[in-house]
Amino acid sequence: MSAPSLGKDLVGLEPLSAEQIQLILDTAEPFKEVSERAIKKVPALRGKTIVNLFFEASTRTRISFEFAEKRLSADTVNVAAVGSSVSKGETLVDTAKNLEAMRIDMVVIRHGSSGAAQFLGQRIRSNVINAGDGKHEHPTQGLLDMLTLRDRFGRIKGLKVAICGDILHSRVARSNIWGLTKLGAEVGVCGPASLLPRHVEELGVTILPRIEDAIQWADALNVLRLQLERMQAGFLPSLREYNRVFGITNERLARAPKDLLILHPGPMNRGVEIDSDVADGPHSVILPQVTNGVAVRMAVLYLLAGGSPHWAGRGDER
Amino acid sequence: MPSRTPLLDERAFSRTLARMASEIVERSGGTEELVLVGIQRRGVELADRLKRLIDTSEDSNLPCGKLDITLYRDDLQTIGPRPVVGETSLPDLDGKTVVIVDDVLYTGRTVRAALDECADFGRPRRILLCVLIDRGGRELPIQADVVGTSVSTGPGDRVDVFVSELDGRDAVEIVRGK
Repeated sequence: MSAPSLGKDLVGLEPLSAEQIQLILDTAEPFKEVSERAIKKVPALRGKTIVNLFFEASTRTRISFEFAEKRLSADTVNVAAVGSSVSKGETLVDTAKNLEAMRIDMVVIRHGSSGAAQFLGQRIRSNVINAGDGKHEHPTQGLLDMLTLRDRFGRIKGLKVAICGDILHSRVARSNIWGLTKLGAEVGVCGPASLLPRHVEELGVTILPRIEDAIQWADALNVLRLQLERMQAGFLPSLREYNRVFGITNERLARAPKDLLILHPGPMNRGVEIDSDVADGPHSVILPQVTNGVAVRMAVLYLLAGGSPHWAGRGDER
Repeated sequence: MPSRTPLLDERAFSRTLARMASEIVERSGGTEELVLVGIQRRGVELADRLKRLIDTSEDSNLPCGKLDITLYRDDLQTIGPRPVVGETSLPDLDGKTVVIVDDVLYTGRTVRAALDECADFGRPRRILLCVLIDRGGRELPIQADVVGTSVSTGPGDRVDVFVSELDGRDAVEIVRGK
Protein backbone atom coordinates (compact mmCIF):
# COMPACT_ATOMS: atom_id res chain seq x y z
CA MET A 1 0.00 0.00 0.00
CA SER A 2 1.40 3.37 -0.85
CA ALA A 3 -0.08 6.67 0.22
CA PRO A 4 0.22 9.60 -2.16
CA SER A 5 2.97 12.01 -1.23
CA LEU A 6 3.55 15.56 -2.36
CA GLY A 7 7.21 15.26 -3.29
CA LYS A 8 9.70 17.97 -2.38
CA ASP A 9 8.00 21.20 -3.41
CA LEU A 10 4.53 22.67 -3.87
CA VAL A 11 4.85 24.79 -6.99
CA GLY A 12 1.26 24.68 -8.20
CA LEU A 13 -1.85 22.57 -8.49
CA GLU A 14 -1.26 21.83 -12.18
CA PRO A 15 1.38 19.13 -11.51
CA LEU A 16 -0.64 17.48 -8.71
CA SER A 17 -2.98 14.53 -9.12
CA ALA A 18 -6.56 14.53 -7.85
CA GLU A 19 -5.42 12.13 -5.07
CA GLN A 20 -2.68 14.52 -3.93
CA ILE A 21 -5.09 17.46 -3.83
CA GLN A 22 -7.59 15.34 -1.92
CA LEU A 23 -4.83 14.34 0.52
CA ILE A 24 -4.06 17.99 1.31
CA LEU A 25 -7.74 18.86 1.81
CA ASP A 26 -8.29 15.80 4.05
CA THR A 27 -5.17 16.58 6.07
CA ALA A 28 -6.36 20.17 6.55
CA GLU A 29 -9.52 19.01 8.39
CA PRO A 30 -7.89 18.08 11.73
CA PHE A 31 -5.67 21.17 11.56
CA LYS A 32 -8.77 23.38 11.70
CA GLU A 33 -9.31 22.08 15.22
CA VAL A 34 -5.74 22.87 16.33
CA SER A 35 -6.43 26.58 15.77
CA GLU A 36 -9.50 26.34 18.03
CA ARG A 37 -7.54 24.97 21.02
CA ALA A 38 -6.61 27.07 24.01
CA ILE A 39 -2.96 26.24 23.28
CA LYS A 40 -2.85 26.63 19.51
CA LYS A 41 0.30 24.64 18.99
CA VAL A 42 1.37 21.10 18.21
CA PRO A 43 4.99 19.93 18.10
CA ALA A 44 4.87 18.32 14.65
CA LEU A 45 7.51 20.56 13.03
CA ARG A 46 9.63 21.24 16.10
CA GLY A 47 13.22 22.01 15.11
CA LYS A 48 12.37 22.87 11.49
CA THR A 49 13.50 26.26 10.24
CA ILE A 50 11.33 27.95 7.64
CA VAL A 51 12.10 31.15 5.74
CA ASN A 52 9.28 33.23 4.34
CA LEU A 53 10.84 34.96 1.37
CA PHE A 54 8.49 37.65 0.12
CA PHE A 55 9.53 39.66 -2.92
CA GLU A 56 6.03 41.14 -3.32
CA ALA A 57 3.69 42.83 -0.89
CA SER A 58 1.44 40.49 1.06
CA THR A 59 -0.38 40.70 4.35
CA ARG A 60 -2.86 37.87 4.45
CA THR A 61 -0.77 35.16 2.84
CA ARG A 62 2.42 35.95 4.75
CA ILE A 63 0.68 36.14 8.12
CA SER A 64 -1.32 33.02 7.37
CA PHE A 65 1.86 31.07 6.55
CA GLU A 66 3.51 32.45 9.65
CA PHE A 67 0.64 31.35 11.89
CA ALA A 68 0.62 27.94 10.25
CA GLU A 69 4.36 27.55 10.84
CA LYS A 70 4.21 28.72 14.44
CA ARG A 71 1.22 26.52 15.27
CA LEU A 72 3.28 23.55 14.06
CA SER A 73 6.21 24.69 16.30
CA ALA A 74 8.57 25.50 13.43
CA ASP A 75 11.08 28.36 13.76
CA THR A 76 10.40 31.06 11.21
CA VAL A 77 12.22 33.99 9.70
CA ASN A 78 10.64 36.58 7.44
CA VAL A 79 12.68 38.12 4.66
CA ALA A 80 11.17 40.95 2.68
CA ALA A 81 12.89 42.05 -0.50
CA VAL A 82 12.91 45.66 0.60
CA GLY A 83 15.61 46.19 3.20
CA SER A 84 17.44 42.96 2.37
CA SER A 85 20.44 42.36 0.14
CA VAL A 86 17.97 41.73 -2.69
CA SER A 87 17.74 45.50 -2.98
CA LYS A 88 21.53 45.50 -3.44
CA GLY A 89 21.17 43.35 -6.53
CA GLU A 90 21.65 39.84 -5.18
CA THR A 91 20.07 37.14 -7.35
CA LEU A 92 17.26 34.92 -6.15
CA VAL A 93 19.43 31.81 -6.14
CA ASP A 94 22.25 33.52 -4.27
CA THR A 95 19.83 34.76 -1.63
CA ALA A 96 18.38 31.27 -1.21
CA LYS A 97 21.79 29.54 -1.22
CA ASN A 98 22.97 31.88 1.51
CA LEU A 99 19.89 31.13 3.57
CA GLU A 100 20.47 27.45 3.00
CA ALA A 101 24.05 27.82 4.24
CA MET A 102 22.45 28.77 7.56
CA ARG A 103 20.77 25.34 7.55
CA ILE A 104 17.14 25.99 6.83
CA ASP A 105 14.57 23.33 5.94
CA MET A 106 11.88 25.09 3.93
CA VAL A 107 11.33 28.23 1.90
CA VAL A 108 7.96 29.86 1.31
CA ILE A 109 8.36 32.20 -1.64
CA ARG A 110 6.24 34.96 -3.13
CA HIS A 111 7.73 36.47 -6.26
CA GLY A 112 6.63 38.72 -9.12
CA SER A 113 7.97 36.41 -11.82
CA SER A 114 6.02 33.40 -13.03
CA GLY A 115 8.07 30.25 -12.47
CA ALA A 116 10.20 31.64 -9.63
CA ALA A 117 9.15 28.93 -7.16
CA GLN A 118 9.91 26.08 -9.53
CA PHE A 119 13.21 27.68 -10.54
CA LEU A 120 14.23 27.89 -6.89
CA GLY A 121 12.99 24.41 -6.03
CA GLN A 122 15.23 22.90 -8.68
CA ARG A 123 18.28 24.66 -7.28
CA ILE A 124 18.11 24.23 -3.51
CA ARG A 125 17.71 21.21 -1.26
CA SER A 126 15.07 22.75 1.00
CA ASN A 127 11.38 22.24 0.37
CA VAL A 128 9.91 25.15 -1.58
CA ILE A 129 6.31 26.30 -1.28
CA ASN A 130 4.91 28.74 -3.81
CA ALA A 131 3.03 31.57 -2.12
CA GLY A 132 2.25 33.20 -5.47
CA ASP A 133 4.54 33.62 -8.47
CA GLY A 134 3.67 36.27 -11.05
CA LYS A 135 0.66 35.26 -13.12
CA HIS A 136 1.39 31.55 -12.72
CA GLU A 137 -0.11 29.97 -9.58
CA HIS A 138 -1.01 30.56 -5.94
CA PRO A 139 -1.63 26.96 -4.93
CA THR A 140 -2.47 27.43 -1.25
CA GLN A 141 -5.11 30.02 -2.18
CA GLY A 142 -6.62 27.57 -4.65
CA LEU A 143 -6.62 24.88 -1.96
CA LEU A 144 -8.25 27.07 0.69
CA ASP A 145 -10.94 28.10 -1.79
CA MET A 146 -11.60 24.43 -2.50
CA LEU A 147 -11.66 23.57 1.21
CA THR A 148 -14.21 26.35 1.79
CA LEU A 149 -16.37 25.11 -1.08
CA ARG A 150 -16.17 21.55 0.25
CA ASP A 151 -17.15 22.73 3.75
CA ARG A 152 -20.31 24.39 2.42
CA PHE A 153 -21.40 21.95 -0.29
CA GLY A 154 -19.96 18.72 1.12
CA ARG A 155 -18.28 17.97 -2.20
CA ILE A 156 -16.32 19.50 -5.08
CA LYS A 157 -17.34 17.11 -7.84
CA GLY A 158 -20.13 18.48 -10.00
CA LEU A 159 -20.07 21.99 -8.50
CA LYS A 160 -20.29 24.92 -10.86
CA VAL A 161 -17.82 27.60 -9.85
CA ALA A 162 -17.61 30.89 -11.75
CA ILE A 163 -14.38 32.84 -11.38
CA CYS A 164 -15.14 36.50 -12.04
CA GLY A 165 -12.98 39.47 -12.88
CA ASP A 166 -9.37 39.86 -13.90
CA ILE A 167 -8.55 36.32 -15.04
CA LEU A 168 -5.64 37.46 -17.19
CA HIS A 169 -3.40 38.59 -14.35
CA SER A 170 -4.66 36.18 -11.73
CA ARG A 171 -2.58 33.33 -10.32
CA VAL A 172 -5.52 32.63 -8.02
CA ALA A 173 -7.71 31.94 -11.06
CA ARG A 174 -5.16 29.52 -12.51
CA SER A 175 -4.74 27.54 -9.31
CA ASN A 176 -8.52 27.35 -8.90
CA ILE A 177 -9.03 26.23 -12.50
CA TRP A 178 -6.44 23.45 -12.19
CA GLY A 179 -7.55 22.25 -8.78
CA LEU A 180 -11.30 22.41 -9.32
CA THR A 181 -11.26 20.70 -12.71
CA LYS A 182 -9.03 17.91 -11.40
CA LEU A 183 -11.55 17.21 -8.64
CA GLY A 184 -14.43 17.16 -11.11
CA ALA A 185 -15.99 20.62 -10.70
CA GLU A 186 -17.12 22.69 -13.65
CA VAL A 187 -15.37 26.04 -13.89
CA GLY A 188 -16.62 29.13 -15.67
CA VAL A 189 -14.74 32.37 -16.15
CA CYS A 190 -16.39 35.76 -16.44
CA GLY A 191 -14.79 39.12 -17.10
CA PRO A 192 -14.17 41.80 -19.67
CA ALA A 193 -12.67 40.38 -22.85
CA SER A 194 -9.54 42.45 -22.25
CA LEU A 195 -8.99 40.60 -18.95
CA LEU A 196 -9.55 37.04 -20.20
CA PRO A 197 -6.45 35.15 -21.34
CA ARG A 198 -6.50 34.08 -24.96
CA HIS A 199 -7.48 30.42 -25.46
CA VAL A 200 -8.59 30.15 -21.81
CA GLU A 201 -11.23 27.63 -22.91
CA GLU A 202 -8.39 25.17 -23.60
CA LEU A 203 -8.03 24.82 -19.83
CA GLY A 204 -11.45 23.17 -19.87
CA VAL A 205 -13.47 26.16 -18.64
CA THR A 206 -16.70 27.71 -19.87
CA ILE A 207 -16.57 31.37 -20.90
CA LEU A 208 -19.43 33.37 -19.39
CA PRO A 209 -19.45 36.70 -21.24
CA ARG A 210 -21.74 38.62 -18.89
CA ILE A 211 -21.90 38.64 -15.10
CA GLU A 212 -25.63 37.85 -15.39
CA ASP A 213 -24.68 34.63 -17.21
CA ALA A 214 -22.33 33.66 -14.38
CA ILE A 215 -25.03 34.32 -11.77
CA GLN A 216 -27.54 32.18 -13.68
CA TRP A 217 -25.06 29.34 -14.20
CA ALA A 218 -23.05 28.98 -11.00
CA ASP A 219 -23.34 27.46 -7.52
CA ALA A 220 -20.55 29.70 -6.25
CA LEU A 221 -18.81 32.86 -7.43
CA ASN A 222 -15.14 33.41 -6.75
CA VAL A 223 -14.81 37.16 -7.20
CA LEU A 224 -11.25 38.22 -7.95
CA ARG A 225 -9.66 41.45 -6.94
CA LEU A 226 -9.41 43.95 -9.75
CA GLN A 227 -5.68 44.55 -9.79
CA LEU A 228 -5.77 48.34 -9.77
CA GLU A 229 -2.01 48.51 -10.26
CA ARG A 230 -2.62 47.21 -13.78
CA MET A 231 -5.16 49.90 -14.64
CA GLN A 232 -2.56 52.12 -16.30
CA ALA A 233 -2.18 49.60 -19.09
CA GLY A 234 -5.62 50.53 -20.41
CA PHE A 235 -7.40 47.23 -19.82
CA LEU A 236 -10.51 49.01 -18.59
CA PRO A 237 -12.17 52.33 -19.38
CA SER A 238 -12.93 53.14 -15.72
CA LEU A 239 -13.63 51.57 -12.32
CA ARG A 240 -17.16 52.99 -12.34
CA GLU A 241 -17.89 51.30 -15.61
CA TYR A 242 -16.38 48.04 -14.37
CA ASN A 243 -18.62 48.11 -11.32
CA ARG A 244 -21.66 48.91 -13.44
CA VAL A 245 -21.05 46.01 -15.86
CA PHE A 246 -19.28 43.36 -13.76
CA GLY A 247 -19.74 44.34 -10.10
CA ILE A 248 -21.39 41.79 -7.80
CA THR A 249 -24.38 43.54 -6.28
CA ASN A 250 -27.35 42.35 -4.26
CA GLU A 251 -29.69 43.45 -7.08
CA ARG A 252 -27.88 41.14 -9.50
CA LEU A 253 -27.74 38.26 -7.01
CA ALA A 254 -31.47 38.59 -6.33
CA ARG A 255 -32.09 37.36 -9.87
CA ALA A 256 -30.08 34.16 -9.34
CA PRO A 257 -32.10 30.92 -9.48
CA LYS A 258 -30.52 29.83 -6.15
CA ASP A 259 -28.43 31.27 -3.32
CA LEU A 260 -24.87 31.66 -4.52
CA LEU A 261 -21.88 31.22 -2.27
CA ILE A 262 -19.56 34.24 -2.57
CA LEU A 263 -15.80 33.85 -2.29
CA HIS A 264 -13.12 36.53 -2.62
CA PRO A 265 -9.38 35.97 -2.12
CA GLY A 266 -8.86 39.48 -0.74
CA PRO A 267 -7.93 42.23 -0.49
CA MET A 268 -11.30 43.55 -1.63
CA ASN A 269 -12.00 46.73 -3.54
CA ARG A 270 -15.40 47.43 -2.05
CA GLY A 271 -17.67 49.08 -4.55
CA VAL A 272 -15.57 47.94 -7.51
CA GLU A 273 -15.71 44.18 -8.08
CA ILE A 274 -17.95 43.52 -5.08
CA ASP A 275 -20.42 45.66 -3.16
CA SER A 276 -20.17 45.93 0.60
CA ASP A 277 -23.61 44.49 1.26
CA VAL A 278 -22.60 41.35 -0.68
CA ALA A 279 -19.18 41.06 0.94
CA ASP A 280 -20.75 41.34 4.40
CA GLY A 281 -23.90 39.45 3.44
CA PRO A 282 -25.18 36.05 4.54
CA HIS A 283 -23.76 34.14 1.56
CA SER A 284 -20.24 35.51 1.82
CA VAL A 285 -17.58 33.06 3.05
CA ILE A 286 -14.74 35.53 2.73
CA LEU A 287 -13.70 35.30 6.38
CA PRO A 288 -14.10 31.49 6.61
CA GLN A 289 -11.72 31.40 3.62
CA VAL A 290 -9.12 33.19 5.70
CA THR A 291 -9.63 30.77 8.60
CA ASN A 292 -9.27 27.80 6.26
CA GLY A 293 -6.10 29.32 4.83
CA VAL A 294 -4.19 28.61 8.03
CA ALA A 295 -5.39 24.98 8.14
CA VAL A 296 -4.52 24.35 4.49
CA ARG A 297 -1.05 25.82 4.94
CA MET A 298 -0.48 23.72 8.06
CA ALA A 299 -1.44 20.65 6.04
CA VAL A 300 0.95 21.53 3.21
CA LEU A 301 3.84 22.25 5.58
CA TYR A 302 3.19 19.04 7.51
CA LEU A 303 2.98 16.87 4.41
CA LEU A 304 6.10 18.35 2.81
CA ALA A 305 8.12 18.16 6.04
CA GLY A 306 7.49 14.44 6.27
CA GLY A 307 9.61 14.38 3.17
CA SER A 308 9.96 10.74 2.42
CA PRO A 309 8.01 9.74 -0.66
CA HIS A 310 8.48 6.18 0.57
CA TRP A 311 5.99 6.42 3.35
CA ALA A 312 6.18 3.22 5.33
CA GLY A 313 2.46 2.56 5.00
CA ARG A 314 2.07 0.96 8.39
CA GLY A 315 -0.64 2.66 10.34
CA ASP A 316 -0.37 1.01 13.71
CA GLU A 317 3.25 0.56 14.80
CA ARG A 318 3.83 1.36 18.40
CA MET B 1 5.38 -18.09 6.98
CA PRO B 2 3.79 -15.85 9.64
CA SER B 3 1.37 -17.76 11.86
CA ARG B 4 -1.77 -16.30 13.41
CA THR B 5 -2.91 -17.42 16.85
CA PRO B 6 -5.93 -16.18 18.77
CA LEU B 7 -5.27 -14.52 22.13
CA LEU B 8 -8.78 -13.36 23.07
CA ASP B 9 -11.99 -14.59 21.49
CA GLU B 10 -15.28 -12.76 21.71
CA ARG B 11 -16.20 -14.00 25.19
CA ALA B 12 -12.75 -13.53 26.65
CA PHE B 13 -12.71 -10.05 25.11
CA SER B 14 -15.91 -9.00 26.86
CA ARG B 15 -14.89 -10.61 30.19
CA THR B 16 -11.60 -8.73 30.00
CA LEU B 17 -13.30 -5.41 29.32
CA ALA B 18 -15.71 -5.92 32.20
CA ARG B 19 -12.81 -6.56 34.58
CA MET B 20 -10.92 -3.53 33.25
CA ALA B 21 -14.02 -1.37 33.78
CA SER B 22 -14.28 -2.29 37.44
CA GLU B 23 -10.54 -1.93 37.93
CA ILE B 24 -10.68 1.60 36.53
CA VAL B 25 -13.36 2.55 39.03
CA GLU B 26 -11.39 0.92 41.86
CA ARG B 27 -8.11 2.57 40.92
CA SER B 28 -9.66 6.00 40.64
CA GLY B 29 -11.79 5.66 43.75
CA GLY B 30 -15.20 6.10 42.12
CA THR B 31 -16.50 7.92 39.07
CA GLU B 32 -16.29 11.47 40.44
CA GLU B 33 -14.11 13.65 38.23
CA LEU B 34 -13.29 10.64 36.04
CA VAL B 35 -12.65 11.17 32.31
CA LEU B 36 -11.91 8.50 29.70
CA VAL B 37 -9.76 9.41 26.71
CA GLY B 38 -9.30 6.96 23.83
CA ILE B 39 -6.31 7.10 21.52
CA GLN B 40 -7.20 6.98 17.82
CA ARG B 41 -7.98 4.48 16.29
CA ARG B 42 -9.13 1.51 18.34
CA GLY B 43 -8.56 3.13 21.70
CA VAL B 44 -11.56 5.34 20.93
CA GLU B 45 -13.90 2.36 20.56
CA LEU B 46 -12.47 0.68 23.66
CA ALA B 47 -12.90 3.85 25.73
CA ASP B 48 -16.49 4.06 24.56
CA ARG B 49 -17.14 0.42 25.58
CA LEU B 50 -15.55 0.98 28.98
CA LYS B 51 -17.64 4.11 29.46
CA ARG B 52 -20.85 2.18 28.78
CA LEU B 53 -19.83 -0.63 31.14
CA ILE B 54 -18.95 1.80 33.92
CA ASP B 55 -22.05 3.96 33.33
CA THR B 56 -24.28 0.87 33.60
CA SER B 57 -22.76 -0.43 36.81
CA GLU B 58 -22.14 2.90 38.52
CA ASP B 59 -25.15 4.81 37.19
CA SER B 60 -22.83 7.56 35.94
CA ASN B 61 -22.40 9.50 32.72
CA LEU B 62 -18.66 9.71 32.19
CA PRO B 63 -17.22 12.32 29.85
CA CYS B 64 -15.32 10.60 27.07
CA GLY B 65 -12.79 12.15 24.68
CA LYS B 66 -10.63 11.14 21.78
CA LEU B 67 -7.05 11.93 21.08
CA ASP B 68 -5.02 11.70 17.89
CA ILE B 69 -1.34 11.82 18.75
CA THR B 70 -0.04 11.99 15.18
CA LEU B 71 1.12 15.59 15.52
CA TYR B 72 2.97 14.76 18.74
CA ARG B 73 4.94 11.83 17.35
CA ASP B 74 8.73 11.90 17.38
CA ASP B 75 9.15 10.00 14.12
CA LEU B 76 7.72 12.28 11.40
CA GLN B 77 11.13 12.13 9.70
CA THR B 78 11.43 8.36 9.73
CA ILE B 79 7.94 7.20 8.80
CA GLY B 80 6.68 10.30 7.04
CA PRO B 81 3.29 11.89 7.61
CA ARG B 82 0.29 9.67 8.19
CA PRO B 83 -2.16 9.95 5.33
CA VAL B 84 -4.90 11.44 7.44
CA VAL B 85 -4.76 12.75 10.96
CA GLY B 86 -7.77 11.73 13.06
CA GLU B 87 -10.02 13.87 15.19
CA THR B 88 -9.06 15.16 18.62
CA SER B 89 -11.87 16.28 20.91
CA LEU B 90 -11.37 16.40 24.63
CA PRO B 91 -13.64 17.38 27.51
CA ASP B 92 -12.28 19.63 30.24
CA LEU B 93 -9.29 17.87 31.83
CA ASP B 94 -8.40 20.34 34.60
CA GLY B 95 -8.36 18.68 37.99
CA LYS B 96 -9.76 15.41 36.61
CA THR B 97 -8.59 11.83 36.85
CA VAL B 98 -7.90 11.07 33.20
CA VAL B 99 -7.76 7.47 32.01
CA ILE B 100 -5.93 7.11 28.71
CA VAL B 101 -7.24 4.07 26.86
CA ASP B 102 -5.40 2.29 24.06
CA ASP B 103 -5.56 -1.14 22.49
CA VAL B 104 -1.89 -2.22 22.54
CA LEU B 105 0.98 -0.96 24.69
CA TYR B 106 4.34 -1.63 23.04
CA THR B 107 7.26 0.83 22.88
CA GLY B 108 5.47 3.45 24.99
CA ARG B 109 6.07 6.19 22.44
CA THR B 110 2.39 6.64 21.66
CA VAL B 111 1.65 7.08 25.36
CA ARG B 112 4.52 9.55 25.74
CA ALA B 113 2.96 11.59 22.92
CA ALA B 114 -0.51 11.29 24.48
CA LEU B 115 0.81 12.58 27.83
CA ASP B 116 2.36 15.59 26.10
CA GLU B 117 -0.85 16.30 24.21
CA CYS B 118 -3.00 16.04 27.37
CA ALA B 119 -0.69 18.51 29.08
CA ASP B 120 -1.44 21.04 26.31
CA PHE B 121 -5.17 20.70 26.96
CA GLY B 122 -5.17 21.15 30.71
CA ARG B 123 -3.79 19.98 34.01
CA PRO B 124 -5.36 16.71 35.09
CA ARG B 125 -5.04 15.85 38.78
CA ARG B 126 -3.89 12.40 37.81
CA ILE B 127 -3.46 10.35 34.62
CA LEU B 128 -3.90 6.57 34.46
CA LEU B 129 -3.05 4.32 31.56
CA CYS B 130 -5.38 1.50 30.59
CA VAL B 131 -4.54 -0.93 27.76
CA LEU B 132 -6.23 -4.04 26.45
CA ILE B 133 -2.93 -5.77 25.57
CA ASP B 134 0.52 -5.19 27.05
CA ARG B 135 2.94 -6.80 24.62
CA GLY B 136 6.20 -5.78 26.35
CA GLY B 137 9.07 -4.24 24.37
CA ARG B 138 9.08 -0.83 26.08
CA GLU B 139 11.56 1.79 24.87
CA LEU B 140 10.53 4.38 27.47
CA PRO B 141 9.92 4.17 31.23
CA ILE B 142 6.14 3.87 30.91
CA GLN B 143 3.80 1.34 32.47
CA ALA B 144 0.09 0.65 32.37
CA ASP B 145 -2.14 0.87 35.47
CA VAL B 146 -4.92 -1.31 34.12
CA VAL B 147 -4.05 -4.16 31.74
CA GLY B 148 -6.42 -6.56 30.00
CA THR B 149 -3.88 -9.23 29.10
CA SER B 150 -0.10 -9.35 28.97
CA VAL B 151 1.69 -11.31 26.32
CA SER B 152 5.35 -11.46 25.44
CA THR B 153 6.20 -10.79 21.81
CA GLY B 154 9.22 -10.15 19.65
CA PRO B 155 9.85 -7.20 17.35
CA GLY B 156 8.83 -9.25 14.30
CA ASP B 157 5.43 -10.08 15.78
CA ARG B 158 2.21 -8.12 15.43
CA VAL B 159 -0.80 -7.89 17.72
CA ASP B 160 -4.06 -7.37 15.84
CA VAL B 161 -7.00 -6.02 17.81
CA PHE B 162 -10.42 -6.25 16.17
CA VAL B 163 -13.45 -4.38 17.50
CA SER B 164 -16.94 -5.00 16.23
CA GLU B 165 -17.63 -1.29 15.53
CA LEU B 166 -14.85 -1.21 12.92
CA ASP B 167 -14.05 -4.82 12.10
CA GLY B 168 -17.32 -6.68 12.64
CA ARG B 169 -16.01 -8.81 15.51
CA ASP B 170 -14.24 -8.59 18.87
CA ALA B 171 -10.96 -10.49 18.96
CA VAL B 172 -7.24 -10.24 19.60
CA GLU B 173 -4.79 -12.26 17.53
CA ILE B 174 -1.03 -12.54 17.49
CA VAL B 175 0.76 -12.78 14.20
CA ARG B 176 4.19 -14.31 14.81
CA GLY B 177 6.82 -13.04 12.38
CA LYS B 178 8.88 -16.20 12.23
